Amino acid sequence: MPEIQSASGDAQLADESFRTIGKTYVDQPRMTASQVNVYYGDKQAICDVSLGIARNEVIAMIGPSGCGKSTFLRCLNRMNDTIAGCRVSGTIRLDQQDIYDKRLDVVPLRARVGMVFQKPNPFPKSIYDNVAYGPRIHGLARKGVELDEVVETSLRRAGLWTEVKDRLAAPGTGLSGGQQQRLCIARTIAVSPEVILMDEPCSALDPIATARIEELLVELRKNYTIAVVTHSMQQAARISQRTAYFHLGHLIEVGETTRIFTNPQHKLTEDYITGRFG
Amino acid sequence: MSVAVLLVILLGLSAFYLGHARAVRTVGGAHSIRRLHSLPAYYGWYLALWVILPAGAVLLLWGLFQETALTAWITASLPAQQQALPAAELGLLINDIRNLAAGNITAGQVTPEIQAAAAQLQQWQQTATLARIAVILALTSLIGSLAWRAIQPEMRARNRVEWIVQALLILSSSIAVLTTVGIVLSVLFESIRFFHKIPITDFLFGLDWSPQTALRSDQVGASGAFGAIPLLAGTLLISGVAMLVAVPIGLMSAIYLSEYAHPRLRQVAKPVLEVLAGVPTVVYGFFAALTLAPLLRGLGESLGLEVASESALAAGLVMGVMIIPFISSLSDDVISAVPQALRDASFGLGATRSETIRQVVLPAALPGIMGGVLLAVSRAIGETMIVVMAAGLSAKLTANPLEAVTTVTVQIVTLLVGDQEFDSAKTLAAFALGLLLFVITLALNIVALKIVRRYREHYE
Amino acid sequence: MNERQQAVYATVQASLRRRYARERRFRALGLGAVILGLSFVLLLFTDIISKGYSAFVQTYITLPVYFDPQVIDPNEQRDPAQLARADYRQLVRAPLRALFPEVKNRRAKRQLYRLLSTGATYQIRAMVLADPGLIGQTRQIALLADDDVDMITKGHVDQATAEERFGADYRSWLQQLTRQGRLHTRWNIEFFTAGDSREPELAGIGGAMAGSFYTLLVTLLLSCPIGIAAAIYLEEFAPRNRFTDLIEVNINNLAAVPSIVFGLLGLAIFINLFGLPRSAPLVGGLVLTLMTLPTVIIASRAALQAVPPSIREAALGIGASRTQTVFHHVLPLALPGMLTGTIIGMAQALGETAPLLMIGMVAFIVDVPNSPLDPSSALPVQVYLWADSPERAFVERTSAAIMVLLAFLISMNACAVALRRRFERRW
Repeated sequence: MPEIQSASGDAQLADESFRTIGKTYVDQPRMTASQVNVYYGDKQAICDVSLGIARNEVIAMIGPSGCGKSTFLRCLNRMNDTIAGCRVSGTIRLDQQDIYDKRLDVVPLRARVGMVFQKPNPFPKSIYDNVAYGPRIHGLARKGVELDEVVETSLRRAGLWTEVKDRLAAPGTGLSGGQQQRLCIARTIAVSPEVILMDEPCSALDPIATARIEELLVELRKNYTIAVVTHSMQQAARISQRTAYFHLGHLIEVGETTRIFTNPQHKLTEDYITGRFG
Repeated sequence: MSVAVLLVILLGLSAFYLGHARAVRTVGGAHSIRRLHSLPAYYGWYLALWVILPAGAVLLLWGLFQETALTAWITASLPAQQQALPAAELGLLINDIRNLAAGNITAGQVTPEIQAAAAQLQQWQQTATLARIAVILALTSLIGSLAWRAIQPEMRARNRVEWIVQALLILSSSIAVLTTVGIVLSVLFESIRFFHKIPITDFLFGLDWSPQTALRSDQVGASGAFGAIPLLAGTLLISGVAMLVAVPIGLMSAIYLSEYAHPRLRQVAKPVLEVLAGVPTVVYGFFAALTLAPLLRGLGESLGLEVASESALAAGLVMGVMIIPFISSLSDDVISAVPQALRDASFGLGATRSETIRQVVLPAALPGIMGGVLLAVSRAIGETMIVVMAAGLSAKLTANPLEAVTTVTVQIVTLLVGDQEFDSAKTLAAFALGLLLFVITLALNIVALKIVRRYREHYE
Repeated sequence: MNERQQAVYATVQASLRRRYARERRFRALGLGAVILGLSFVLLLFTDIISKGYSAFVQTYITLPVYFDPQVIDPNEQRDPAQLARADYRQLVRAPLRALFPEVKNRRAKRQLYRLLSTGATYQIRAMVLADPGLIGQTRQIALLADDDVDMITKGHVDQATAEERFGADYRSWLQQLTRQGRLHTRWNIEFFTAGDSREPELAGIGGAMAGSFYTLLVTLLLSCPIGIAAAIYLEEFAPRNRFTDLIEVNINNLAAVPSIVFGLLGLAIFINLFGLPRSAPLVGGLVLTLMTLPTVIIASRAALQAVPPSIREAALGIGASRTQTVFHHVLPLALPGMLTGTIIGMAQALGETAPLLMIGMVAFIVDVPNSPLDPSSALPVQVYLWADSPERAFVERTSAAIMVLLAFLISMNACAVALRRRFERRW
């Protein structure tokens, strides 16, 4: 398997085996990435990936460790900006607007494209303050009652309200792992984003907590567009409508989840799904 | 001294050689050293350690106590009327005798008695030097021969040597404990004697400090007043000014350097700021007294303010500058210990960098920063040279930083530097202040270290 | 975009200006703090250097000195004892009188003689004692000028003040000397070799440097082995028990005990209890040893921790005892780190003043000490002593002494950094 390096990047672009199979663009896209390349210093992490994300769909990104799926996800709300030496080329559009445009501001972008991380990372503040953080910094709700309402709605949507309504002042770090992750989801949806990016949201959780989050995802799909990076093929199969398979920085195959899992076109996809590696 | 040291070294070397040789000989030559329990060198070490350690101990103890003992004897040999002299004069007399014996010039008149005493002292010193060598030789030959006999093929020389080495290591680490004990005892004993003269409540709660005890009881202010409150107030005032300078600047520069600065700026600025921590305090004191204080006075005059030439402000400002790197490097540690995940979460919600720092990073780092600030306060309270050179001597209860105040450390130095009479309340007061200082800084440190440790555990 | 989302987007857009303004303010505040901190460093160094650099040169007045046999050796015996006793003041005064014949009255003459330092007399005496053949000859000799002349020449005292303080004549004398090319400055080597003096132009840091050297020597000889041994014990052998905890707590707390308290310990224990001599570098070294031990121990422990456990396991695995493992394998690897810590501890000790005041190393000592038992001062203490002196010339000398002190400290720290770089290992 060739190593991904900028020096050999051009050669790989021409390599037939890495041309994406399946329909990369969608009819009603919320987000569209075209020919995205990401470099960490000299190393190329993403090679020429194009992918559309439709409204109100759950798209799962799968692939072996280090395949670039998380990197790609972090491009979608420019979280990679915080990493020193990271360079992104190509275009990513959110509703026709190029998010890597120099004039574009990341603050409103990230308010529109929220993110949930691999490890639950509640702030060391109260549960209430965790959820209220986003609305407060963006000035979405000034008055106490208004803010209370946003907090309650968000916690309800995240399926956490009944569990924490009596102890909103307790520290968010005191919750169980699954509850913490739902708190993080509540925190994200409190600013009413259009897209939610989730980077392996269940990898640090036990099976029961995982099941709750998965249920929640299905529920959230009605209002939000969701992109999930996952390690677990079963999870991808359960929650997503479409699936994208990444391999060594290339997007190998994308399509309806059912088709990908039943009838993979590419040899690599098939090997991964059948468990030859991963 | 050097002859005895040389002797011990020579004894050690020969003991190593002898032990080594004997071990080889007991098994009948170099070809069968495998019959020895340990390598022959360990037998050498074994004998050498048993020679050097007792001899070294004798050397050390002798050095520590010879002069004290000789002084006591020479005092006892003086005529009765001279022994009855006051302590200070007797001390001078003894000094003269010593100087005469050492062949130096004497301060006082050389009377026949002094001459005789000096001759006596000289003789004793020579005897002592010889006696020390004799004792060392006797002791080493006694212990050495016992250890020599113990060298047998089946003796576990390595284990024994390692046991001695271990004991030495333990002894070395115990010095830390001994130091603390030494500090506590040395300030405590003198303090207790002080509290016999001045009630402890007067010391702790007294509002008046004027340690100038008069020579005659009929003079004004003969008693002297030993209330520590004005000193503590002055200390706190100066430390407060220092913290007002150090905490904002130190914290903000730590934030800027760790969260905003270009790596190249950080690479240059961090070590340059650290330079401030390495500058000796006496240099800061010089700067405060000769540059900043006149500057502030001039500035105050032009504004119509009266600034004392030894104002708390000048001392405090400079002390603050000294503490900046301390605060900034501690804050830097604490801030970088805040997990990146929390920053990501905040950025992911669309927070700006400053919102993230102020509302997520700083609250998370607060306990650690508090601990660091407490450590800095303890350092400010114990700082001596800056205040000795730039703060005043007058004990005043004031919150005005433009006035001159004095501090605990300044008073300790003032009371103990120069001619001192032992047992006077004045001298003993310095130790009581030392005890106070030790207790306060110790308490601050314990609390601060506890906070910092708990904070570290929280994020590990 | 649904309604809520649109509202959010609008609000966020509207808030941006305000939020970015706050961001800029915060950032500017941080940059300001850094710049302020850096400018303090700059200010401190420029202040010290601008005050002190001129102390490295010294003003001399070149005069034709006639080594008058009548004054030096009227009996022509060339007896060294007689030569040493002669009144050399006359020799240095005569050329001054010759140069300024107009000075007649006694007060003015005394003023005139004060152009030269008392050191000039010693200078002539030393020359005669070294070479009695000079007697009867006339030589142009650069004689040490008084500190006031030195200060005026270097421009530290402006003309107006000088005239006010020393009178108009004084100024014209100096002007005449300058015109004749008799007034000049040269490299001040005496500053580095001489002991303390009440006369600024004679005062040097030689004695203080020797005192600091002996003090540090004692400190190094004690704190290095003891600190390393303690670190080895705590890191490699100590069982987890209360005694070990006690030691650890003590080390951590000692690191934060004010230095002056160590001075009190030295005074009470080493001087009053053991009767060791006051003002001696030996006692200073003992006190500083106790003070720097925590630094050395903590650094040495860090160095030991940096040695990976695999090295120990490898040694133990081939049958070495614990002691052998530590002394043959771990210690050599940790030694550079330990030395770095020791150097940093020594730098700390070199700059320390307060405990030395407590044990009497503040006495006025003219002689350069020759052993750790001679009374002496130390470099930072010398700074403290001189800083108290009112003469302008002492301000210059103090700053110069600080420059020397800082030069030592910076080179020690540079050594430590270099050592760390050189031996830094990534496992």
